[in-house]
Amino acid sequence: MEGLTLSDAEQKYYSDLFSYCDIESTKKVAANGRVLELFRAAQLPNDVVLQIMELCGATRLGYFGRSQFYIALKLVAVAQSGFPLRVESINTVKDLPLPRFVASKNEQESRHAASYSSDSENQGSYSGVIPPPPGRGQVKKGSVSHDTVQPRTSADQQEPASPVVSPQQSPPTSPHTWRKHSRHPSGGNSERPLAGPGPFWSPFGEAQSGSSAGDAVWSGHSPPPPQETWVSFADTPPTSTLLTMHPASVQDQTTVRTVASATAANEIRRQSSSYDDPWKITDEQRQYYVNQFKTIQPDLNGFIPGSAAKEFFTKSKLPILELSHIWELSDFDKDGALTLDEFCAAFHLVVARKNGYDLPEKLPESLMPKLIDLEDSADVGDQPGEVGYSGSPAEAPPSKSPSMPSLNQTWPELNQSSEDTAIVHPVPIRMTPSKIHMQEMELKRTGSDHTNPTSPLLVKTSDLSEESKINSSVKFASGNTVGQQQAGVVAHPPAVPPRPQPSQAPGPVVHRPVDADGLITHTSTSPQQIPEQPNFADFSQFEVFAASNVNEEQDDEAEKHPEVLPVEKASDPASSLRVAKTDSKIEEKTAASVPANVSKGTTPLAPPPKPVRRRLKSEDELRPEVDEHTQKTGVLAAVLASQPSIPRSVGKDKKAIQASIRRNKETNTVLARLNSELQQQLKDVLEERISLEVQLEQLRPFSHL
Amino acid sequence: MAVCVAVIAKENYPLYIRSIPTENELKFHYMVHTSLDVVDEKISAMGKALVDQRELYLGLLYPTEDYKVYGYVTNSKVKFVMVVDSSNTALRDNEIRSMFRKLHNSYTDVMCNPFYNPGDRIHSRAFDSMVTSMMIQVC
Repeated sequence: MEGLTLSDAEQKYYSDLFSYCDIESTKKVAANGRVLELFRAAQLPNDVVLQIMELCGATRLGYFGRSQFYIALKLVAVAQSGFPLRVESINTVKDLPLPRFVASKNEQESRHAASYSSDSENQGSYSGVIPPPPGRGQVKKGSVSHDTVQPRTSADQQEPASPVVSPQQSPPTSPHTWRKHSRHPSGGNSERPLAGPGPFWSPFGEAQSGSSAGDAVWSGHSPPPPQETWVSFADTPPTSTLLTMHPASVQDQTTVRTVASATAANEIRRQSSSYDDPWKITDEQRQYYVNQFKTIQPDLNGFIPGSAAKEFFTKSKLPILELSHIWELSDFDKDGALTLDEFCAAFHLVVARKNGYDLPEKLPESLMPKLIDLEDSADVGDQPGEVGYSGSPAEAPPSKSPSMPSLNQTWPELNQSSEDTAIVHPVPIRMTPSKIHMQEMELKRTGSDHTNPTSPLLVKTSDLSEESKINSSVKFASGNTVGQQQAGVVAHPPAVPPRPQPSQAPGPVVHRPVDADGLITHTSTSPQQIPEQPNFADFSQFEVFAASNVNEEQDDEAEKHPEVLPVEKASDPASSLRVAKTDSKIEEKTAASVPANVSKGTTPLAPPPKPVRRRLKSEDELRPEVDEHTQKTGVLAAVLASQPSIPRSVGKDKKAIQASIRRNKETNTVLARLNSELQQQLKDVLEERISLEVQLEQLRPFSHL
Repeated sequence: MAVCVAVIAKENYPLYIRSIPTENELKFHYMVHTSLDVVDEKISAMGKALVDQRELYLGLLYPTEDYKVYGYVTNSKVKFVMVVDSSNTALRDNEIRSMFRKLHNSYTDVMCNPFYNPGDRIHSRAFDSMVTSMMIQVC
């Protein structure tokens, strides 16, 4: 038999395969059955396989020794590349790709082959083969330096670039091994062989310098073939292995969760929960922990005081420092006592530590105690603690803060809903009175058809009515906040009656309502108003505007405003709004703005903080929209100009109202300017105050001397 | 941004002291040590009767050319001393107060740990990370 020269990659690969076939762990002989399977998986015709076996000498020897096996593999590669099978070809054929075995069982090997062939190919192949969730994959790649599993053998110290090495017997780590694979070629790292849990590891760990080899072997041996998607890792780890997952991955998960959006976080969370969480407590363990808990504290809903817990865990003979750290991690609410969940988490960490796993920096999510059971009145003691926990995270040590985001995402409903309510807060409060009124009006007039959109409508109708009846500034704030903060629901301040002309610069918000209300309202007016109020002008022209505007603005508004308008029109004949709407669009706008201006003029300063807030909030948010609106208004104006003048149904009143509208408009703009100037002054004064305070502070010490 | 944070026990020995590692740390240690006198002075100046009303935050203990030293004392006479860079003019009193508040909370958490014996040095990682966050940026 000629000497066989193998490249490093080939060497690794072949040794992996040999180990795979070496089911009896003899390190010398590959089981015939396995070898045959392998060759069959190589998808070579049978006679080729026989030829290979003959060439490598196995038929002569009757078994596959390591050298025979290697030769056979090389011949397989030769055959797969299409070269004739010759004994000489094993050495003469240069740059032979690694033999590919494509049976389902050997997918891994084929992937390995792909991986070993070249670095770039690896990356590409892995990205094609294994589509890990992007966040996770990237995080995993980025967070390679997590090295929480202590080395078993001192030989190879895990390089910071090498992937986490913790051996995982169960499939869950496969994604990590895959990523390890992808990193191996790039990093060329040699992973520490991990003795611990895996019996496979020991024969291969020391023998092989290549970590990838270990990975290959490992993945080759994992009973179910590793799934491509990491979601499908549903196998539970053998109960004997308490903790298999490297905390790094858990941290990755948590990191990913913190980074990802809420929805992505939900997905990731689902995925992580669906597959095996290394820190997850199995049922057996949980039962054991619960029993232990009972020995200290018979009431499962009660909690163990710190001193009792200290005695209990001191028995585990871990160093106090580590116990202290475990306590820090597990005492979630920082109350100096352990609830059942906290106790289980602490116990689990103790067990992990005793088994040689490093303690995580932050509590793994699976160990986090459940959130407050709000119906559980028994844990009154815990409740304030837990509630305090939710409040204290802001002040909690940063070690909790990484877990906090994950916590927050664990209970997204609580946090997000609170956020939502907080955001929505200003709006409903302000609108209530008019809201009710609008509701009544609407219900009377529009009937059941409009019941569905009532809520958004009310928001908008209230805006409208407020403008007409209450301070428009108030409505401004509410409307704008609604418009701006209800992301996706209302892009523009809802139902603000048509505002002054677009030419008025200080009213960016104004523009929006003009657009929104003036145009959109017309859309539905035509179908609804015409049959109800024949006196109204022909709104068919408005349909054009509405159509043009609907395209520009949100459909929500389009639906809402028209309904709002008919309500208003029907309800209050005297309101300039309606009159305005009956007229041409331009007139409509002006008319609509009159009530707003009137109200604004009458009580311009009534809610000083509200316009401030609106301005502060809306200015930022409106700026990007101002352009949009100005464009819209420009379009509107153009359209309006092109429209034939609409016959006026009401003559005298309209003129008077228009005049008042104009006056109010001007007052409005003046007040708005004044407001902004005052705001600026206020800011300046505050800054001066701050600087004076600082000076005072500096001078203060001297007063003590 | 704090350049040095120290937790001093009632008996005036340090439970925890940490500075940013750039400079001669001994200087900071010395400053903290000397500031203890000022702390005692302030505590005693309040009068025994006012112990309950005494504010925990002591404020600026004394300024030096480069640094300012702030103090905070708990009801159990555990003192927190913070050395701040004078060039950081943006650091306002309120911010210092909030930093001390965070320190106090973290210290309380450390105390709650049954494995911590009062009087031991503080080795809590959570406490460390909190202090690190204070040193890296203004809280």
